[in-house]
Amino acid sequence: MNPHVIVIGGGTAGMEAAGRLARAGMSVTLIEKGKDLGGHLRDWYHLFPDRRSSDEVLEYLKGQISHQNIRLLTGQQVTGFIHKGNEFTVSTGNGDTINGDALLLATGFDLFKSERKEEYGYGIYENVITSADLEAMFRKKEVKLVSGKKPERIGFLHCVGSRDEKVGNIYCSKLCCVTAVKQAIEVKKIFPASKVFCFYMDMRMGGALYEELYKEAQEKYSVGFIRGKVSEVAVNINNRLVAKVEDTLVGRPLKMELDMLVLMAGMEMSEDAVRLAKETNLQMGENRFFKPADHHFGTNMGNVNGVFYAGACTAPLNITETISHARSAVTEIVNYLNTGRK
Amino acid sequence: MNFDPFIIPFNIGLYFILIYAVVRSVIWFRELSRPDKLRLQRGFFGKAFGQSLKEIFLESLIHRKILKSNPRLGYMHMSLAFGWFLLILFGTIEADIFGERHLNPPYKAIFFKFFSPDHGKTFFEASYAFLMDLILAFILSGLVLAVTKRFFSRVVGMKKTTKLKPLDKVALTSLWLIFPSRLIAESLTSGAYGTGSFLTGNLGAALASFLPANELAYPFWWLYSLSLGTFFVLLPLTRYLHIPTELFLIFMRNSGIRTGDKPGSFSEVEVHSCSSCGMCIDVCQLGFSAGIHTIQATYLMKGIRNSDYIHDIAHNCLMCGRCDQICPVGIEISPIRMIVRRIEENDRVYENSWNGYFRNRLNVPAPKQDNKPSYDFLPAPVSKKADVLYFAGCMTHLTPSIKKAMVKILDASGLNWSFIDEDGGACCGRPLMLAGNDREARELINFNSQLIWKSGAHTLVTSCPICYKVFRESYYLDVEVLHHSQFIKNLIDEGLVNMNFLQKRVTYHTPCELGRRSGVYEEPKEVIRHVATLEPTGYDDENSLCCGGSLGNIMLSHDKRRGIAEDVTARLTANDPDSLITACPLCKKTLAQATSTRVVDIAELVAEAIADAPALKKNPSRHKKKVVRESAASL
Repeated sequence: MNPHVIVIGGGTAGMEAAGRLARAGMSVTLIEKGKDLGGHLRDWYHLFPDRRSSDEVLEYLKGQISHQNIRLLTGQQVTGFIHKGNEFTVSTGNGDTINGDALLLATGFDLFKSERKEEYGYGIYENVITSADLEAMFRKKEVKLVSGKKPERIGFLHCVGSRDEKVGNIYCSKLCCVTAVKQAIEVKKIFPASKVFCFYMDMRMGGALYEELYKEAQEKYSVGFIRGKVSEVAVNINNRLVAKVEDTLVGRPLKMELDMLVLMAGMEMSEDAVRLAKETNLQMGENRFFKPADHHFGTNMGNVNGVFYAGACTAPLNITETISHARSAVTEIVNYLNTGRK
Repeated sequence: MNFDPFIIPFNIGLYFILIYAVVRSVIWFRELSRPDKLRLQRGFFGKAFGQSLKEIFLESLIHRKILKSNPRLGYMHMSLAFGWFLLILFGTIEADIFGERHLNPPYKAIFFKFFSPDHGKTFFEASYAFLMDLILAFILSGLVLAVTKRFFSRVVGMKKTTKLKPLDKVALTSLWLIFPSRLIAESLTSGAYGTGSFLTGNLGAALASFLPANELAYPFWWLYSLSLGTFFVLLPLTRYLHIPTELFLIFMRNSGIRTGDKPGSFSEVEVHSCSSCGMCIDVCQLGFSAGIHTIQATYLMKGIRNSDYIHDIAHNCLMCGRCDQICPVGIEISPIRMIVRRIEENDRVYENSWNGYFRNRLNVPAPKQDNKPSYDFLPAPVSKKADVLYFAGCMTHLTPSIKKAMVKILDASGLNWSFIDEDGGACCGRPLMLAGNDREARELINFNSQLIWKSGAHTLVTSCPICYKVFRESYYLDVEVLHHSQFIKNLIDEGLVNMNFLQKRVTYHTPCELGRRSGVYEEPKEVIRHVATLEPTGYDDENSLCCGGSLGNIMLSHDKRRGIAEDVTARLTANDPDSLITACPLCKKTLAQATSTRVVDIAELVAEAIADAPALKKNPSRHKKKVVRESAASL
């Protein structure tokens, strides 16, 4: 009989890993809490840096998991697992139990809940939205203000819930900078006459082709980059947003009128994964993501033998990195199952 | 027999401490400010004197406050203080009645048994001896508790007890030795002479049955005298100075003297009055929620007394006032902490000398004051004419849902109001004051004062209790300053707003600056009860907790603050309410990060209740009061 691997989480990492495991001769059960597979990928419109449609990637992943060795369980929340000898028993909210030889956690991330930064007015002022809301608008091809008007001045606020000790997240979510640049370009393409500003602390353009995209945003699309974090948002008498910000390069406080403010929400370990980690004694790092056994050689392993990690449940990762990480998890699992499970 | 050399240590100690007390009190009196001297003189010949005697009896002897909050600890303090007092009082009476002469020197009363060993033969004498034994037994029972507390503090219901310095330990040992040595000395003498009552008599008889009681008694009388003498001599150098000092404190306080914001005789008396009882340790949230056990009030007092480096102790404090509230001696701890902060801010180093800690000469001259204004970039103050002014404050601008709710409430009230810091005005000044920067704070106070004067308003409403406190106490304004909870309460009383009763169970977190610091407890609760079902938390009113977001602490790390906030929200949402209500934007912001329960300001709750109400009839008549709650419930 084939070894049986249970994959928890049907997003990018889970789908890629499940497909690769099945092709390596494993029998796989993929458990997803939502109705559909695809995770956050289904909410995005275009991906950076090349503005490829996220649907293309989704199609590829769907192709990956159409394999006879893969059993899909959607709409099932994992409530816990028991580890006995070399066998894992995973229980789900429906009361089912699934036995397997190895466990792969691909639980992904939650977007930071922007309401927690009340000073930015998300949920209070109607034209303050998040980066995810803007992607949804892109997908619907309806980028507009709540009043139905075209936005003329749009701001992107970086680091919402990232690098912020006050919300308990000191880490950088790393994808928001390039997402803001990508979204700023998309907005400028839709409204060429609009003014678009990015409020940043540092521009972290560390990925392949990111810097090129950043340069393009400045040179081709005239996106304004202001170094300084918005301190608070209010509305004025014309119901326009007023963002208070310090331009730290000039050393002056500014008040900027905006029609729309997009909050670049950071990434946090998913709440369900935190609960699972606490119940099953899986170690989390200071950033609350799963703590890898080794930062160089063991990012797919944790503190429990036979439990593997893939994707953004270990740290903020982009799609490319998530797919690579899922593949390396597959290598680790195959190695583990073929060499006496040590 | 009238004299024996063993009384010499006691006599030296006694006369030393008496002379010391007189000299010290003269110095303290001379260093008082002129108004405080007058207060003290007036107090001496007025009502304050009687009040002080009563308070000394209730607090210094009976320890009523400790008894109320912690009966076992209270009993321990009462048995030692009140018991000792009774022993001295009745001992003196005993010596005066039964002694060879009347009016004896003090040692005759203390060592009565030694000088009248066969006393206790007649029935009357025996009854009196019974009384004296009873008092001694009372003290010894407290002593047993005290010794146990030192090693197992939980016995008296304390999680932690104070840490001592070496000299304190010597004094403590001599104090502990006083009563057992008296017991054994008296018992042995009684055993030898066949006198004594139920305690000394029986113990004496038992000891005398197998020991040479008469010969053994003498060294124990020496021990008794030595431990008394040692204790008295060490008294000014140890925490036990609190025993005589507290009497001064009570008298000064009843005469109307307060700590104020500068060091002086009174703050020094307060520092010395700290008995290191440790009650402040257990109520301190930095201790029980953040694991910081070095900065509590008792250690601040000790640090000042010992001229230690206390910068961290003074600054690492939430300034929540829980220790002020619990202190059985009534020391104004927070003002003293602020005095230390101010001294530190000015980079002054104080040299300690024998007669004072705060008042000493500077060994480094104070730096020349830089009089350059810090906020000269502020525009000229401009304000609209209005009856009611609303000052949101910095923190409310960072919690726009509160601001939005207040605008809705103010609009619904139909009053002529104006938003003075809508575009973001100047800070109220309190954060600067809390950091010890009074001069800079004064610049902001002047700016805001002009805004308020120019508007001609009669009422100033603030959403932030931090602003509320500073507007009331540090501004010289001709307007009524109200926190928005008080303002809403007035609107309800006058029938200016109509509200629905929301079917919600809520708990209320009393902000420190509004509650303990400003005494506003009832109005917020009444407003909440008007629109929702308010449930108690066990941390209500004076016993409320600090959210952890305090402006008063600039040393605490974010994770410690978060830990405090998580602990607080866990306690306040134990019965799983629909919402946790507070009345301070900073508390809201801090608590909301730490719980999944919805945290809302009282203004938001009220605005929500207004939302569902039918079209409002604006009727500012004060006479036509409606029972709003009934009409709302019938909807």
